Amino acid sequence: MATSFKLCVWAIGMAVVLTAGPSSAQALREGGKLLLTDGVTNIEGASGGGLATWAVIGGDETRNGIGGSLAATDVHLPAYDLRVYSAKAGLFNRVELSYAHQEFDTGSTGGKLGLGNGFTFDQDVFGAKVRLLGDAVYDQNSWMPQVAAGLQYKVNDKSAIIHAVGGKSADGVDYYVAATKVFLNESLVVDTTLRYTEANQTGILGFGGNLHDSYSPQFEGSVGYLLTRHFVVGAEYRTKPNNLGIAKESDWSDLFAAYAFNSHLSLTAAYVDAGSIVTFENQRGLYLSLQAGF
Amino acid sequence: MTRIACLALAAALMISPALAFADPSPDHPGEQTVDPYKVSNANADAKPMANPAMFNAFHGKDGVSRIVDGLVDRSVADPRISEIFKNQDLPRLKRTLKEQFCYLLGGGCDYTGRDMKASHKDMGIQDADFNALVENLQKAMNKEGVPFRDQNRLLALLAPMHKDVVTK
Repeated sequence: MATSFKLCVWAIGMAVVLTAGPSSAQALREGGKLLLTDGVTNIEGASGGGLATWAVIGGDETRNGIGGSLAATDVHLPAYDLRVYSAKAGLFNRVELSYAHQEFDTGSTGGKLGLGNGFTFDQDVFGAKVRLLGDAVYDQNSWMPQVAAGLQYKVNDKSAIIHAVGGKSADGVDYYVAATKVFLNESLVVDTTLRYTEANQTGILGFGGNLHDSYSPQFEGSVGYLLTRHFVVGAEYRTKPNNLGIAKESDWSDLFAAYAFNSHLSLTAAYVDAGSIVTFENQRGLYLSLQAGF
Repeated sequence: MTRIACLALAAALMISPALAFADPSPDHPGEQTVDPYKVSNANADAKPMANPAMFNAFHGKDGVSRIVDGLVDRSVADPRISEIFKNQDLPRLKRTLKEQFCYLLGGGCDYTGRDMKASHKDMGIQDADFNALVENLQKAMNKEGVPFRDQNRLLALLAPMHKDVVTK
């Protein structure tokens, strides 16, 4: 059942990739998006805000081309450090394929938790997103947002620890539907995303748990105010499930500022509140992300 | 006598190029002829803004005129989209754009150009071209000192025209 479902999703994805392009043979066109309208890179490697995944498709391409970007992100919290290296490709402003490698470094906290100093959870995230309808920028005469659906297959390499803390699996799939819209009259960009997930701390502590071992719908959203065509500031919120008995999991939030130097380079800085992570309270710190793309 | 005839002929020859390209419409000298169409403000393809402060934010007719000149001059020189403007009637483009912006900003002008579908027909405009023009408009509005929030309000009226302008 699970295998045939994954095959089905993959087949649909491939069908979309193969048919999304211009039907007539014509030259691919490089670049062309307006600044920041492909968002930035979130912690799971998808285009979005910092914490939330948006409906926009990554890369500077339009429906006439192929684009992509690389990003390096660091979230420095008092007890932990999260580093993310990611890449994504945007195909015809229709499909986004992404990959992220996350390193959740427990530093000296690992020693206190009995894991050993510098103990690091590594997780790979393979993402696919399809824009279903609407355009976040052009459809200014209606309320219709840009809507996309996607999935993220996450594989964590610390299966033994995950099971020891009550997690049920070291890998899992998140499914989401995102709606993003720029309200030009108000100079706002708004995203709301519904994520169907069983991930603990987005998968860093595995999937499912001894408290709850099932999927639950979670919300993530962003509101940004456009200050110039290069600069947007805003806030984000992301709810999370509570599957593990060992420690309560907090919702995450941030205040962010993203600056696009040009169509190839952007820098995002945020103040993140990750709440309580494995009994270490008040995990607030600086999020920095640099994205380079075409 | 022959000398006078010769001078007259020379004079006629000097004027003739101007005569050949003369505009049949006495209102807009220097513009090329276009096929007849129904003139209507509905051709502007958006409703004007009600807020009277908007026209002031764009510094009235003079500001709109400078912005449109800046937009067209930048676009003609922009290697991404300059090809599209070759062999176009730039004086007419500037005039009708000024009318359209003035009308949309509540400046009380009438728009006498064609609608967006008709005026961009067969141009093969792509998303990237549309966005490049938006960028040039943003730069022209920045140069005029129009606040970014007010720039976006004008762009909010222009953005839906994408569906009629982009055909490729």
